[in-house]
This record gives sequence, structure tokens and C-alpha cells, in this order.
Amino acid sequence: MRLPVVELDQVQRVFPGTPPVEALKPADLVIYEGDYVAIVGPSGSGKSTLLHLLGLLDQPTSGTYKLDGIDVSGLSEAERAGVRGRRIGFVFQSFHLLAHRTTVENVMLAELYRKGKPKDRRNRAVAALEQVGLGHRLDAFPTTLSGGERQRVAVARALTGEPSLLLADEPTGNLDSKTTGSVMELFDDLHRDGLTIATITHDSDVSARAQRRIRIQDGQLSEPDSESRAEEAALAGSRVNTGPAS
Amino acid sequence: MKPKKSHLSIRDLLSEAAIALTARPGRTLLTAMGTVLGVAALVATLGLAKTAGSQIVSRFNELEATRVLIRPDNRNTGRQDDNQVSLLPWDAGDRLQRLNGVNGAGTKSRVSVNDLIRSVPEADGRNEYQLSVIAVSPGTFEAVRAELLTGRFFDEGHSEGKEPVVMLGLGAARRLNVTRVDNQPAIFIGDVPVAVIGIISDVAREPDLLNAVIVSDGFAREQFGLQAPEEVHVDVDLGAAQLIGTQAPVALAPNEPERLRVSVPSSPRRARSGVESDVNALFLILGGVSLLVGAIGIMNVTLVSVLERRGEIGLRRALGASRSHIASQFLFESAALGALAGVIGTALGVLTVVGVSARQQWTPVIDPWLLLAAPAVGALIGLLAGTYPAWKASATEPIAALRST
Ligand SMILES: Nc1ncnc2c1ncn2[C@@H]1O[C@H](COP(=O)(O)OP(=O)(O)O)[C@@H](O)[C@H]1O
Ligand SMILES: [Mg+2]
Repeated sequence: MRLPVVELDQVQRVFPGTPPVEALKPADLVIYEGDYVAIVGPSGSGKSTLLHLLGLLDQPTSGTYKLDGIDVSGLSEAERAGVRGRRIGFVFQSFHLLAHRTTVENVMLAELYRKGKPKDRRNRAVAALEQVGLGHRLDAFPTTLSGGERQRVAVARALTGEPSLLLADEPTGNLDSKTTGSVMELFDDLHRDGLTIATITHDSDVSARAQRRIRIQDGQLSEPDSESRAEEAALAGSRVNTGPAS
Repeated sequence: MKPKKSHLSIRDLLSEAAIALTARPGRTLLTAMGTVLGVAALVATLGLAKTAGSQIVSRFNELEATRVLIRPDNRNTGRQDDNQVSLLPWDAGDRLQRLNGVNGAGTKSRVSVNDLIRSVPEADGRNEYQLSVIAVSPGTFEAVRAELLTGRFFDEGHSEGKEPVVMLGLGAARRLNVTRVDNQPAIFIGDVPVAVIGIISDVAREPDLLNAVIVSDGFAREQFGLQAPEEVHVDVDLGAAQLIGTQAPVALAPNEPERLRVSVPSSPRRARSGVESDVNALFLILGGVSLLVGAIGIMNVTLVSVLERRGEIGLRRALGASRSHIASQFLFESAALGALAGVIGTALGVLTVVGVSARQQWTPVIDPWLLLAAPAVGALIGLLAGTYPAWKASATEPIAALRST
């Protein structure tokens, strides 16, 4: 039985303002270990808002969120930062690599905010770069890399530290179709290895590769392929509150 | 179960700051410039004040702090000349010489001679000059630290024998065109022939001796009717001046010591602190203003860099940094920048002190604590200047920060 990684219960996000924007209407969602979820929807529909909530970069206006069975709603800012650093890996459309650091130094940043020896960090960063096929570009600076290579560095950084959940916000949005293919194959590989992935995409090719498709329209979340999954999730969720701790 | 908080070690903070500062070295140096100049100004001015102060003090020590001068006090009594006869004895030098701490003592008196001084060989077409004549006792040469160019000083024998011998100050010797004394050339004071037995090249005190014809007390009494010594000069050990100042009047005039006026140096310590505090106050204000300007420079550039690095801030938050980690990162960066500026500024300041001292032929004096305190001041400036930018950085919302490119 696969355990749930993400459990959203009536999670809502309203941005205050005049008028207030309900970027995410109260939503229930369960993502299980090993799931590969594509989040699709038109621009401004609330996809990034959902991803930021999943990644603890933002807090819901109401509702409860359990990550790996931990209710993260009641955590302090520093505790949420700790959970984010250990359990979440992010990949962004614009890569967010630091220009003045080499590939391996960029990847090593992933473990900066936890205890560890620099040497071990480096070894893990090198292993992650080898996993994404960049073992030969360890000391290259981001400006000398192609877009596809940069995004693979970002994926390596997200993988370092073995997160429970990989979150990607339009990871191929800045890439041409050829490099998009290579990054998506990398995601397929990671999915095969059992990583839990949620990725926002506009690309129907990309969403076709995912095993689940979640659709957001005007902040309303739906899962068109399998309406029955919601009930399945509710059943499983009651059993696994003490799910895996790391 | 409480989840683990994220963690950032001091070592990682330091290395992050080092990487950030070395990523753009030119910009780092420009940012630090104001603080560099401020610290340099502070170190240079404190160092120079201290150095100059020590030079003044050492000169003061050698010449002023070891000098005692005794004159009859005519102000209180109203009585004049004839009283001096009894007040200052001719053997004043010998009497004071016996006191502990006295290196040399002797009398000095102007001799009124209306006639000109005449040299035997003509110098540049004329051979008569208006030169002062001064009578001294042999001990006076030591009391004013006279240096002999050639010949010899006259002694007690010359004075007691009222012998017609004189010394010339270097200036007087040049005027009279006397360069050698091995054959004791004759000059005339009015009509009185005297033999030159020595030339004085320099004195530490009483520079009027250098332009004078110097005669012995005995000869001056006999030949020019000198009534009594005018003043007694004493060269004393460092620190002995105050004591000698109280003992000397009793030794010289046991019956009415209060009628002698004694000049002793003011306390050297007071002179020293006076000089330093004047100079320091001015320069400290200057250095403080430069530091303020430097701090504003660091704050401005750090604020700009917080805006430029919004994406990085968002990324770090996504990687697990808490607000306080972001704040400490920017604080460390600006403190490290300030410390770097402090070190460079200290070096520049010390170089300035050494350079100026070399030029002035001073011995550079710098407090060791200054070398430690100045970089610390730089770091403190950086820390203070970084406080507001660091707070701004930590308040940056990660989702907004990540949206920007
Ligand atoms: N920080 C914010 N403050 C106010 N409104 C926001 C903020 N972030 C997003 N929104 C609004 O919420 C809605 C959903 O945005 P977003 O989740 O970024 O959409 P998507 O990623 O699907 O394009 C949009 O209308 C957007 O304008
Ligand atoms: Mg978006």
C-alpha cells in the first residue's frame, strides 16, 4: 500500500486586496508516494498558488495540509523552513541558479540549511549531477550551460537530500522542444525510481507522460480522469497519519 | 512529533559571505571604500596625534623638564639692583652643583659694554661689530649644554685670575672671522684686548650665547664692573626639577629664599595630555564623519543588492532557509565587508602614520589596541549598516521573490 505524501483538506487561498482574489477555492487532494501528477490549467488559474502551498512557501487561508503525515499548518516559520528544506525539492521555470557558482556549488546549496560536512555534501551533489547526466560539467558556470543543462542542474539540486516530493513549476517553459524532451525523460526516469512528482505544465506532451492529471480552472481544482480517486484518497488518508517520517 | 528546524552553521555563514564578497570584487571594494577611508582617517589621525604628541613630549622632557632658572624677584620688593648683590652669590653654580639631581649649574649675566667688538684681521672690509657680551661661570656651559667647536671652555682658574680670555659663540666667531683658536687670536672689547680660547658650536638653551662674546664672571667684575649675577641656570635630572626648584633658593639665599623667583617646568604629564586631547578631538570628529559616510555607503549598496538578489532570496527560502537565516546571511556579508574595510583602512592608516613620521623624522607611535580595535570598528559599522537591508531581505516573501525572473 502506497502512503500519502500530500493530504489537502478543504485548503483555500485568498489573496487580500480590493477585491480579494480567491486564487484557490477550497480543495481536497491526496498525492501518494510515487505519484507523478501534472497540474494543468490556463494562465492565472491558480496552479502556482497550489504549488506554493504544497511546497510550504505559502500558507493556506483555511483548511489543513498534511505532508508526510505531519500537519504543517500549526508549525512555526523556522519549523516550516526545516520541513521545506528536507522534504521538498523545487524546480523553477527560470532555473534560479546562482551565476557566480559552479554547477556543483549550486547543487551543494540544497544542503546548506541542514547539518552536514562540506565533503559529504559535495559527494552527494556530484552523485546527483551524475544522475542527471552532468557528471562531466561539475565545475562549469551556469552561463556556459545550455538551457536544458541548466534545468538538469536545478533538478539535481532538487533531488539532493532525497526529498519526499519534487515540485516543478513549468520546468520546460523556457526550453525548446528538443531539450524539453530530455528533461521530461529525466522526470520519467525519476518517476520510475519511485520519486513523487507534481509538475505544472502547459505542454500536452508533458501532461500525457504523467500518471495523474489535475486541472485548475478559476481556482477550482478537479481531476477529470478519475473522479473516483478522491474517495479512494479519503479512505487511505484515515489510515496513514503516522506515515513515513523521511 | 516536532519536525527538525533548519540549521545554518557559522562556518557556512562565513563561507557564504566570503563567496558573495568575492563574486564581484570590484563592487565589493567600491562599497567598502567609504569605510576604508573612514577607518584609515581614524587610525592615521589617532596614530599621528599620538606620534606628534610623543615628539613634543620627548623634546619637552629633554629641554624643558630638566631646566630650572633662578632670578631675584624684583616685582614684590620694589627694591632694585644693589639688593641683587646680596641675593645671588657668585658661587651660585658651585652651591647648586652639590645638590642631588643637578647636572650643571652656573650664572649668566649681561655685561653692559658700550664699545664695539673689534677683530684684528679685517673681515669683509670692516672689523667692528655690535655684539653682546655675556658673563658666565664655568658651570654654565654644562647648564646650557654648550658644545665646543674648537679650543676649550674657560675654567675656575681663568675666572679667579681675572684673565683676559673669552669664548665666542659660533655666530659671533663668524662675524669676527675667527675660525681657529690654536694660537689664541686677540679681539678687542672696546680698547680691552682679550684672547679667544674656544668657540661654542651649539647650545641647547640660551641661544643668545651663540651670538655673544662670553667672558668669565671674574674678568667681567674686574674689567666691566659687573655687580652681581643676573640669573642662575640649572640643568637637572628628569623628574628632579620640582625638588631642585624648592631647594635652590635656600641654597642660594638662606636668609631670604622667598626673594628668589624660581622657574620650573610645568608638569610634563599635563602638557602631554593637553596636546593629545586637542588634536584627538578634531581628528576623531573627522574620522567619525567619514565612518558615517562609509556606513551609509554600505547600507545603500546592500539595499540595492537585496533587491537584485530577490531571486536568490526566494531560492534560499525554497531550499529551507528561514527568515532569520536570510537576515543573518546579509548581516554577515555586510559585517564581513566592514571588517575587510577595517583591515584595509587600518593598513592604510598605519602606512600614513609611518610615511608622515619618516618625512618628519619622527618615531611612529601607534597604540597596539588601535590595530585590533580599528578592524572591529569596521565590522561594527558593517553590522549596523547591514541591519536594515538584512531586515528587508528577511521580510521578502518567497513566492514574490521567486516570481521575479
Ligand atoms: N501574491 C499575490 N497577491 C495577489 N494576487 C495573487 C498573488 N499571487 C497570485 N495572485 C493571483 O492569483 C491568481 C492565480 O495566480 P497563479 O497561481 O500565479 O496562476 P497560474 O500559476 O495558474 O498562472 C491570479 O489571478 C493571480 O493574479
Ligand atoms: Mg504560474
